[in-house]
Amino acid sequence: MTRTTQWLYGWLLLLPAAALLALFTHYPAVATLWHSFFSTPKGSRAAVFVGLDNYRQLGEDPIFWQALANNLWFAAGTIPASIALALLMAVWVNGRIAGRGFLRLAYFTPTILPMIAVANIWVFFYTPEYGLLEQVLGAFGAGSHNWLGSKSTALACLMVVTVWKEAGFFMIFYLASLQSMSPNLAEAAAIEGASRGYFFRRVTFPLLMPTTLFVLVNAVINAFRLVDHIVVMTRGGPDNATALLLYYIYEIGFRFWDSAYAAALTMVLLAILGVVALAQFWFLERRVHYQ
Amino acid sequence: MSQVYAPRGSSYALETAGAWLLGALWVLPLVYAFWTAFHPAEFSTRFVLSAPLTLENFVKAWAAAPFARYFLNTIVLVTMILAAQLVVVTLAAYAFARFEFPGRKVLFALVLVQLMIMPDVLIVENYQTMALLGLKDTIVAIGLPYMASAFGIFLLRQTFKTVPRELDEAARIEGCTPLQVLWKVYVPLARPVYLAYALVSVSFHWNNFLWPLIVTNSVESRPLTVGLQVFSAGDQGIDWSIITAATLLTTAPLLVAFLLFQRQFVQSFMRAGIR
Repeated sequence: MTRTTQWLYGWLLLLPAAALLALFTHYPAVATLWHSFFSTPKGSRAAVFVGLDNYRQLGEDPIFWQALANNLWFAAGTIPASIALALLMAVWVNGRIAGRGFLRLAYFTPTILPMIAVANIWVFFYTPEYGLLEQVLGAFGAGSHNWLGSKSTALACLMVVTVWKEAGFFMIFYLASLQSMSPNLAEAAAIEGASRGYFFRRVTFPLLMPTTLFVLVNAVINAFRLVDHIVVMTRGGPDNATALLLYYIYEIGFRFWDSAYAAALTMVLLAILGVVALAQFWFLERRVHYQ
Repeated sequence: MSQVYAPRGSSYALETAGAWLLGALWVLPLVYAFWTAFHPAEFSTRFVLSAPLTLENFVKAWAAAPFARYFLNTIVLVTMILAAQLVVVTLAAYAFARFEFPGRKVLFALVLVQLMIMPDVLIVENYQTMALLGLKDTIVAIGLPYMASAFGIFLLRQTFKTVPRELDEAARIEGCTPLQVLWKVYVPLARPVYLAYALVSVSFHWNNFLWPLIVTNSVESRPLTVGLQVFSAGDQGIDWSIITAATLLTTAPLLVAFLLFQRQFVQSFMRAGIR
């Protein structure tokens, strides 16, 4: 095959993917930036260039700041918890524990269920007075509490659902890494007299680092991408206590139809994801020796 | 962890108890849903073993909303997306794995952008694109942004790279064109990866919600997830038994498939994760 035919084949094979990606990933990302400098077209009034006005509005919008803060709390609450639980689950079901098959199944099942469906179940779970949570707490003599309806607990309730949904998914990746680890390592460490905790801290955990990084990146992306349960459980309420960034974008863009302001908000989200990507590359550069 | 460090004695008992407690917590919402869906409404919050079993909630849910149509829409949707993905992703992965052409590295980096900026966050602009293309409220519009999957391209490229070049060359000497080589050598060798990718893709799109919610607004195009939301947020009052029955109904095919092909599912998700 000549060089030119190689080129031609490469480009032609790539054409469908490139066209689709350009149309639905690259163009919209650039268009978001462009449209964030214009006003929202209304009726016969076309969009006009407004410079940084949308960003100024963003700076003065208390709901945006709250959504951003909520999202950071949401990330800080769900990411470490789901990763830690995932690791714990993986270590358990990798060992010779009684009922291993059932446990793997139990941990993993939430992963394949639609968030929208499990959110319905969880709403019922949290229902004041009738819900299972209230019944269990009531049996211990605790008073009634509107879990999803009060500002102090609503976001935490959503975090629990997210951790429940994600931990089993991340467990799979840890399990795969644990299974590919050579048993000789443990035998050698045992001969040297290393304790179980020491072996985990100094051998297993560092060897799992690439997996942890992979899981971490996924967890961060999900913390900013997954808002299905908010639509079902709280609609951002009460009083915006559970509005996450993407949910707020959805409200501005498709309930208030303010596409220009939604574009500015989307830019914030894209910037956050960009930082995550850069951090990942920076980290990978320094950690390559584990691969 | 290997046997040397397996927990023993009291720590084994403690860890087993912990693992089971966590497992119980993890299945609790689902068990609860089953209880509510299979019992009459008056038992939805009363847990007595003598409660009679019933299928009536399912019958009512099925009659209350066009779930048959939603099922059809979802099946069409996931099939269409998967079929398109398999073609698009295979061709692109083959190009990246086995062809030298200018711009390869830049193009690959541009593909990987989608791993970070998924279509889920570009809803505002993609909605306007669909309006422009006249595709609003169609099943095609739900699927289009996902058809070129960076994840799939990456996964298959890694797999194709492990195929020995000798096989490739042998096929060419036999007179195969590059596309025939792809079809006769690469695709068969990557079969387990295709299975893994297909399972991940189908369960992702069966469950996807926000984008379909935005781009559809009629029974003819709504997938199950959106249909379920419209149904449970509708004005039939809060009859939990019927809502949970509808919830289980919409997840049943995936749940049954998962229980039957557990091992394949878990292995597929694993394979998809190791890059």
